[in-house]
Parts: sequence; C-alpha cells; structure tokens
Amino acid sequence: MGYKNATRSLTKVIEMKNITKKFGDFVALDSVNLDIFKGKVHALLGENGAGKSTLMNILYGLYYSTSGEIFINGEKVNITNPNIAIEHGIGMVHQHFMLIKPFTVAQNIILGREPISKMSVLNMKKALKDVKEISERYGLYVDPNAKIEDISVSMQQRVEILKALYRGAEILILDEPTAVLTPQEIIELIQIIKNLTKEGKSIILISHKLKEIKEAADFCMIIRRGKHIDTVVVSETTEEELASKMVGREVSFVVDKKDKKAGDEIFSIKDLVVKDNRNIITVDKLNLSVKKGEILGLAGIDGNGQTELLEAITGLRKIESGEIKINGNDITNKTPFQIINNKIAHIPEDRQKRGLVLDFDISENTILENYYKKPFSKKGILQYNNINVYANELIDKFDIRPKKASKMARTLSGGNQQKVIVAREITNDPDLLIAAQPTRGLDVGAIEFVHKSLIEQRDNEKAVLLISFELDEVMNVSDRIAVIYEGKIVGIVDAKDAEVEKLGLMMAGGGNK
Amino acid sequence: MIDTILTNLAMIIATTLMYSTPLVFTSLGGVISENSGVINIGLEGMMVIGAFIGAALGYFIGNPWLAFIGAGVAGGLFGLLHAFACVTFGANQIVSGIAINFLGPGIALFLSRIFFEGATMTKSISLDNKMPRPLNGIFPEGSLLNIIFDNQYATVYLALIMVFLFWFFLYKTKYGLRLISVGEHPTAADTLGINVMKIRYFAVIMSGVFAGFGGAAMSLAIVSNFRPTLISGHGFIALAAMIFGKWKPQGALLACLLFGGSQGLAVFLGQFDFEISSQLISMLPYVITIVVLIGFVGKSAAPSADGIPYEKEHKN
Ligand SMILES: Nc1ncnc2c1ncn2[C@@H]1O[C@H](COP(=O)(O)OP(=O)(O)OP(=O)(O)O)[C@@H](O)[C@H]1O
Ligand SMILES: [Mg+2]
Repeated sequence: MGYKNATRSLTKVIEMKNITKKFGDFVALDSVNLDIFKGKVHALLGENGAGKSTLMNILYGLYYSTSGEIFINGEKVNITNPNIAIEHGIGMVHQHFMLIKPFTVAQNIILGREPISKMSVLNMKKALKDVKEISERYGLYVDPNAKIEDISVSMQQRVEILKALYRGAEILILDEPTAVLTPQEIIELIQIIKNLTKEGKSIILISHKLKEIKEAADFCMIIRRGKHIDTVVVSETTEEELASKMVGREVSFVVDKKDKKAGDEIFSIKDLVVKDNRNIITVDKLNLSVKKGEILGLAGIDGNGQTELLEAITGLRKIESGEIKINGNDITNKTPFQIINNKIAHIPEDRQKRGLVLDFDISENTILENYYKKPFSKKGILQYNNINVYANELIDKFDIRPKKASKMARTLSGGNQQKVIVAREITNDPDLLIAAQPTRGLDVGAIEFVHKSLIEQRDNEKAVLLISFELDEVMNVSDRIAVIYEGKIVGIVDAKDAEVEKLGLMMAGGGNK
Repeated sequence: MIDTILTNLAMIIATTLMYSTPLVFTSLGGVISENSGVINIGLEGMMVIGAFIGAALGYFIGNPWLAFIGAGVAGGLFGLLHAFACVTFGANQIVSGIAINFLGPGIALFLSRIFFEGATMTKSISLDNKMPRPLNGIFPEGSLLNIIFDNQYATVYLALIMVFLFWFFLYKTKYGLRLISVGEHPTAADTLGINVMKIRYFAVIMSGVFAGFGGAAMSLAIVSNFRPTLISGHGFIALAAMIFGKWKPQGALLACLLFGGSQGLAVFLGQFDFEISSQLISMLPYVITIVVLIGFVGKSAAPSADGIPYEKEHKN
C-alpha cells in the first residue's frame, strides 16, 4: 500500500525538513527529510558513515545543522542544546556510551535531573527508589549501586536506556543499541521497544541488523552518503531489498567458505585462572587450543569470562596461574609488546578504549604497533610520507570512509573506526588473530568484507580466535565452536554439526559437559 | 619527662595547625578547579595577590574580615581571568597558569609601591586588627589545650569547616555531582543538558577565591604584613597536596597537615643547638613530602578530563 498511504492517518510528532550538515567542506547530510509518527518505530538504515548518527545528533541538539528546520508536534523548534531536546521529550541513547565511569549506575541515571531533599542536597534514597521503579517497569534490571567501570558493556547499555526513560522521553533515539547486546538481550530489547510503543512512545532505531529492523520497525528510512534514498513500510519489503537499497548493489548473506583441514596446534591455554576487577575468579582453569588454518569461534553469554580471557591473552590483565603458549613460546604474563612480537594480533572489544587513539589521525592509528619499524621510522624519526602511503593502502583496501588519512579517529563514524582497527590488525599478518566482536557496528557490506578477511587468514594457514555474541556469526564463520560458561569451556563442537538450540543450551550452562 | 614530651608534642601540633591553614584554603581551591576539569597551577599567583590585598586592606580598613573577603575577591578576579583563557578560549591551562604566577606577584608589587610609598613591603597591621583568636585565654595557662589552641587564629577553624563544606558540596549535593561529571566526561554531561562552561567558570573562580583566602590566611594571621617572599612556593605545595590527597578535600587536608607538620617539626628542631645547619633542617618539609609521594601515595586518580579544554561540536 506504500509509505504515503500507510502514514496518512498517523500523528506526526517530529518533522525534520531539508537538513543539511557540513563539516568543513565535507557534506555529511544533504537536504534530508525525516518524519516520525506517534507510537511507531522508525528504523534508520545506512552504511557506515552515511550520516545516521549525525542526523540524530542534530535532533538531540548536539550538532547544529548547516541548514534545515525541525518541527516537534507541529511547532518549529530551534534545538540549540540537549536541554531543549529533553524538554520536548526527546531522549537519546548514544552509539558510544555517555557514562561517567567512576559514578554509580544510579548517579549516572539521575545526573542533571537529581532528586533533592532540600537546598540541593542529593536525595540518594529517592534516587535509588526511582531507578528501581523504572528499571522494574521496563524490565531493565541493573544494580543501582554498582560503579559503571565495574559493569559489562551490555549493562552499561541498559543504564543508557534507563537514563532516557528516567527523563520521561516520549521520543527515544536508539543509536545502534543492539550492537553490544547478546541475542537473548536483543529479544528482550525488542520486547521493551514494543512495550514502549504501546504506551504511545515513538522510537527511532538505528541498526545494521536487518533481521532486527524486520522484527521491530514499522518504517525504515534508507540513507546513503548523506542522501535520502527511500523510506519504506517494513512489512512490505524483504531483508535483501533493504540491503541492496542501502549499499547500492546486491549483498550476499551466505559466508563463502571452502572446506579445509586444520593443521597443527599453534596456540594453547592450560588451566588458566584470571580474576576480574572485583578480585573474583572469572576465568576458572580454562583449557583451549587453536590450530593453524582454523577459525575457532568462542560462543557465550556476555560476562562469562570472555573479557578477562582476552585481556589475559593479550597481556592486559594479570594471570593468576596457568600457561599460555604460541608457537611453543610461553607468553604467560608477558607485556602486550612482547605478545604482539609473538605475532598475536587483537581486535579489541571496546574500540574507543583499546583500539584507537582517538586524537590521532587515521594514518597514525594504522601504525600504532609498528611505528618504530622500517619504513615508518628511520633512526628514530617518523617517516610520514611512508606512513601516509601505507595508510592510504589500508583505506582503499578496507574501504574506510572518508578516504582521508589525516582525519582524526574521533570524527570517524563508529563503523569506520572499527574498520581502521580491523585493517591494522589483519595487515600485521599475525599467526593468531584474536577478533572480539569484529563486526560490531559494521554495515552488511562491511561485515561481508571482514568475514572474508578472517577466512583469508585461515586459508593462509593462520589461526583465528573469534569471540562474538552473534551466534549466527560464530556459526557461519568458524570451523570449530567452543562454548564458554562461568569461565570454563563447557564443550567444543564442529561448526558443521552445530545446532542453535544445543549451543544456546550450552551457553546457558545446560547440555553436555 | 612525660610532661616535657607532651608539651613538645602540643607545641608541634600547634605549629602544624598554624602552618597548614593557608595551604588548606589554597588546596581546596585546587580541588574544586581540577574536579571540574581545569588544571590550575596559577594557585601560587592567586595566593600572592590574596596575601597582598589582605594585608593592604587590613592595614587601611582595620577590619580583618573585610580584608579577608577582599583577598578572596582579588583571587576570584584572577580565577575569572584563568577561566576566560581556558574555558572560553580553550587556551593551554598550564600556560595560562604560569602567566598568572607571573602576573600575581607583579601586580602585588606594583600596587604596593603605589600605596606604600615605594616600598615592596606593606606596613604592619596592628595586633588588634589581625585575625581574632577565638580560643585565646579559654583554657588554663600551661595546659596542653592552651598550648595548642591559645594562639590559633580564626582562619584555622574556618579552614577546617571549609574542608567539611567542600566535601559535603562535592559528594552530597547535586551541584557537586554535576561538577565532578564535567571533570570526568564533559560530553556526557553536555548530553544531559548540564552547562559545562558555566560549571567550569564557577569552579575556576572559586578556586581563585580560596587561593586568595589562603594568601590572606598568611598575611593577616601568621604574619601581619605582605612582603614579596611571603608566599614563595606555598601555592605549589598546596597544589601538590591536592594531588597527594587524590583530588579530594579530605585528602588534601591530610596532605596539608602532613606538610604543615613537617614545617612545624623543622621549626621545633630549629630551637636546639644541633651540629646540622638550619638550612638542612628547613629542607625537612620538602624531603618528607617527596618521600611520602614516592612511598605511600599510590596511583593518583585525576579526573579523566582534567586539563582538556571542552569544545562543543561544530556550531554553524
Ligand atoms: N565532528 C565531526 N567532524 C568531522 N566529521 C564528522 C564529525 N562527525 C561525523 N563526521 C563525518 O560525518 C560522516 C557521517 O558520520 P556518522 O557518524 O553520522 O555516520 P553513521 O551513519 O552514524 O555511521 P556508523 O554506522 O558507522 O555509525 C562521516 O563521514 C564522519 O566521518
Ligand atoms: Mg553512527
């Protein structure tokens, strides 16, 4: 019946008209229109760097548009700062968390709208009660007294959603909220979104996951390189159609992978014990080994020791006992520098914290591990010409946008930040590549590319350890799948024989031990 | 025997309290500025101007409290200058602080020469016009409490009260929460509609006010006039104390007491006829400070965004 007919009888709550945004002479948004209707879920779909976050930052008052108008409930509003957006009932969950690390969950939620007793004195009792109330009402359970720096990424995500709800948001912008969630949590989130729309709230959902958009959204707007391509009624379209509209070409969803026999064991972990920040044992006598020419997928629900395991392997966390070996060399409790020199590469889980120096440009970020080697450095002097040549090669090969080596990492879109890291780590040609959530925040085209790169590593007789909350990804890309539960490997299966239900059961602690 | 030890101890405590007081005020100034994310190494210069204005007003007006407040205002004006450079223009905070450290003594000398017939030293304030001593003559002559409290000026007690008020403000009020959030993650604070610039202005101005108080606590109480060498480094020591104290008011207090205490000890030892030169003894506070810094203060925990200017995204 088409978008026009479908929206005819709906109430327009937000109308963004001819929004243009330039950064210098770079046009990030080119005369984009967006309508939001009451009680509906609007998806925003577009490649990495298409301008989705920028458009939402304009609606939330963090960026000013170069030109264009915004109407809220028919009234023209000049949103010059987030306070104005908040007053008009707009809430935003940012792609990169906006949380104060040393504060507690409750302090983060109330910040800026604090309950007080008298004379501006914080009423933490009421704060805790309020937080508990909304977290129960929407089924978003959190420990209000926990510090942000001690909780997992997915918990932090919940805090972000609660922050917006606490402010009484009527229109909720979710910028890639599911990029950091486990499949189970995504199902829960979609349920939450449905509950919210039932209460008349409108949702703007940015996601690269077409399945989710199909499931949760009513309408979907597609943008490509800052231009509005189309807006469709989701129920009248298919995932394939959405993908090709977004990328501008056909996208293959099947991972193309030849059968291959794995070689000798190259990397092994024996009886590894690691503690977390609270001094609790989270990796508990774990054993694991990876062979040459294989991709070992590590499946598991967030918080079962994956983060600590990764940090232990890469030298970022102290190992209590146990042993890690690569190519026969002991790398237990070695420094990250030594570990890198043992040909281990790492695509970290948290790209902004561990993957990039945000105030360096793309070219500097591509040589973080090799800056002291030839040809990047001669007699201790950095050779910027060579560095730029190298960076430009990576930019072309990995399709990092915009194609400008001197662009600050901070100003790249989330997906393009991720591409810089993937490019750097794969190009180092490691014997073992540890890829933690390597496709988080990437668009379908880019995901296809990263998967191909991982498989290429394997075909070149290198080892890959893939950690992902995306069960689909683990099942499609890996050769073997290990399941981690409460810091132990509870089972290893061949990817060919793996079944979703059985893996799910093992991840939850049931199944064959 | 025990009696003399106790008496000596009481004397050391008394000097400790006395010498710590200017440091405590100034340190608190550092705490508030840096928790909002603005480094203030200009504390020294602000302290100097506070000391001068305090002494000059004390001499001309004769009311120590008005002089004390005047010193705070003068420090606050310097704070405003620092905020203007660092918050509005995003200037390098260290450079601005250094400029203030030159400006403070310069202006103090300039004004001193104008108002005190070309002298670089202000005229002494008469004893009656110095800070009051609230517990003077309350305790029996010769008692330990008398030794400790008899000669303490009101600024000593005020400093302790201020430490408590700062602690309460930072950790128990909504403005404190906001101030810390601005120093930790200004972008996040901004997304919640918190005005980063306003809070940083407030914090940096208050920082100047308290450094001014610190200077006046010196020139209106410990001594009774201003001279160019009066402050000589106390602002920096207060800055260091704030860092030892892990950017917390209560921590800064302990660090200032430690420093004041080692100064007290140096004074106490100075009265004996040692074979050691008095210069070596007066090094003691600094040596103790360094030893403590190396040995006991673990990883320091500066606010994450301390020293980083905050710029809002492109406004076209
Ligand atoms: N502050 C900034 N300064 C300069 N350029 C910027 C800035 N913010 C964004 N851009 C550029 O604008 C473009 C759009 O970025 P945006 O973050 O909106 O993309 P996105 O659609 O959200 O992508 P992703 O899916 O990867 O998150 C990108 O090319 C990005 O580099
Ligand atoms: Mg984005």
